[in-house]
Amino acid sequence: MPPLDPMQLPPSTWVFLIATVVKMLIVFTVYMVGVAYTTLAERKISAWIQDRHGPNRVGPWGLFQVLADGVKNIMKEETMPGEINKPIFILAPALAFVPALLAWAVIPFGAPLPTPWGKIDLVVADLPIGFLFTLAITSLGVYGIVLAGWASNNKYALLGGLRASAQMVSYEIAMGMSTVCVLLIAGNVSLNTIIVQQATMGWNVLVLSIAAFLFLVAAFAETNRVPFDLPEAESELIAGYHSEYSAMKFSMFPISEYANMLTASAMFVTLFFGGWDIPFTQWDNSGPATVLKALATVGMFSFKVGFFVFFYIWVRWTLPRFRYDQLMSLGWKFMLPVALAYIVIAAAAILGLDYAGLERGRTFGLAMFGINLVLLVVLFVILDRGRIISPASSRIERERLGRLRARAVQRAHLAPGEIR
Amino acid sequence: MAITVKVMERPVGEVSYVRATLKGLALTFKHMIDPHKVTVQYPEERWDISPRWRGTHRMLTTEDGTAKCVACGLCPTVCPANCIKLVPGEDEAGNRYPLVFEIDEFRCIFCGYCQEVCPEEAIHMGRHYENAEFNRERFVYDLERLTAQTHPVSELWDPADPRGE
Repeated sequence: MPPLDPMQLPPSTWVFLIATVVKMLIVFTVYMVGVAYTTLAERKISAWIQDRHGPNRVGPWGLFQVLADGVKNIMKEETMPGEINKPIFILAPALAFVPALLAWAVIPFGAPLPTPWGKIDLVVADLPIGFLFTLAITSLGVYGIVLAGWASNNKYALLGGLRASAQMVSYEIAMGMSTVCVLLIAGNVSLNTIIVQQATMGWNVLVLSIAAFLFLVAAFAETNRVPFDLPEAESELIAGYHSEYSAMKFSMFPISEYANMLTASAMFVTLFFGGWDIPFTQWDNSGPATVLKALATVGMFSFKVGFFVFFYIWVRWTLPRFRYDQLMSLGWKFMLPVALAYIVIAAAAILGLDYAGLERGRTFGLAMFGINLVLLVVLFVILDRGRIISPASSRIERERLGRLRARAVQRAHLAPGEIR
Repeated sequence: MAITVKVMERPVGEVSYVRATLKGLALTFKHMIDPHKVTVQYPEERWDISPRWRGTHRMLTTEDGTAKCVACGLCPTVCPANCIKLVPGEDEAGNRYPLVFEIDEFRCIFCGYCQEVCPEEAIHMGRHYENAEFNRERFVYDLERLTAQTHPVSELWDPADPRGE
């Protein structure tokens, strides 16, 4: 047996405590800077998509715009409407923001880092129930929005808050159901185990493609981003739940939106895109831990999260907002049944492949990918064509359209020459 | 008479959310990487204004630096906004000149009638758009200020060449 390298051993309690505090500070700082620059990225990318330049006056390429915005928001006057519920009105912005921040505690962002004092996991708290924790915490985020809407004592704000809660309830289910498949295939709720499973079997986006799609859509709804930004809906509800807020309190809501976006991207990456796993190589997750591996995996993780944040922004400036009934019928009539059906199919497939004696490895992943490919074609080509995926196309709607059309034709016959 | 509502029908076989979304994403991505931008970076870049642009006025002068105006009184008469104040004077040789010539640029509607009506081609509209001042009084341009303006004057519309070609 080779001599034990102290750099590959778990650290002692004191080292663990100090390392945790350091990790908390680093994650918090990087995360906050990331959130701030996501706002700039949103403005820049939206500008480019609309053939504009975006903010480019403050600092080189507008990079200090974030600071200018922060200073502006802190300096602004805060207004307090007369009839508000003051404690809750003040509490709500914080309540919206904190859950997004908390979820980062359990997300692993790199391979273990060897130090002279022991091997340190690059995750703030490696909870054995990591995934359940994030599911519980992210669903708390809606409280901030609902309470903000309620405490404002404003009809529009209240409507925004109600919409947020209804939306959250509808899509939380689809989200939870889509992740059940991940738990089935990983056999564990620890996020590290899920990442290791993906490193050996192939990423879950291939192994469980439809679950990934459902999770992505539900994550958009959970973060209240376009096309699911019904709670804000500036064309209908002024600014929805934050109509009555001003200055830094208002600013906390966009910040929490971007924080949620980063968290949702990180969750999506962890569950379906292999977390910090570097694709096409086993170098990063085999053999002893090295500093280079840790840094490379952190870089890979940041790149993936960055890509999905970009994807969020990209979708926002492409799609229009759903109508409320479309949102509900998409959630309940499409997402939920598909998620439930997919659990059955995925569970059966996993069971079948296990019975066939397939090792849980690349071949297993490939077999699952084959099954998913068939399901994807069925879902997006065959079912999509019949407009089952389209929320505006219920059977009743089609019958109603038929009746209306028949009546229009009839009228046209009765009154020839009438402008139709 | 009943109102006939036009009912939109989408062809079921061709309508799709997923493919339409992907198409839209492709379009926005194309615009995003397109280096062509429509923004005019204002203080550095200037908008190319029309030769017939009607901005704040300019009074043209003769070679000896006095205003060409002969105080005939046509421009205050034709002015629909009543923004020109003219007090005529006459020297020993019988030449008329303006004692007071003021244009209130806040009252002015920039119709350009004063330029069209002027027999001496003295008062002109200017091809100019940056007129910010710190108080309202500064917007009443007197004769001295009008003659001191240096920006180019606007061209009149030529009926023989309606498109300015």
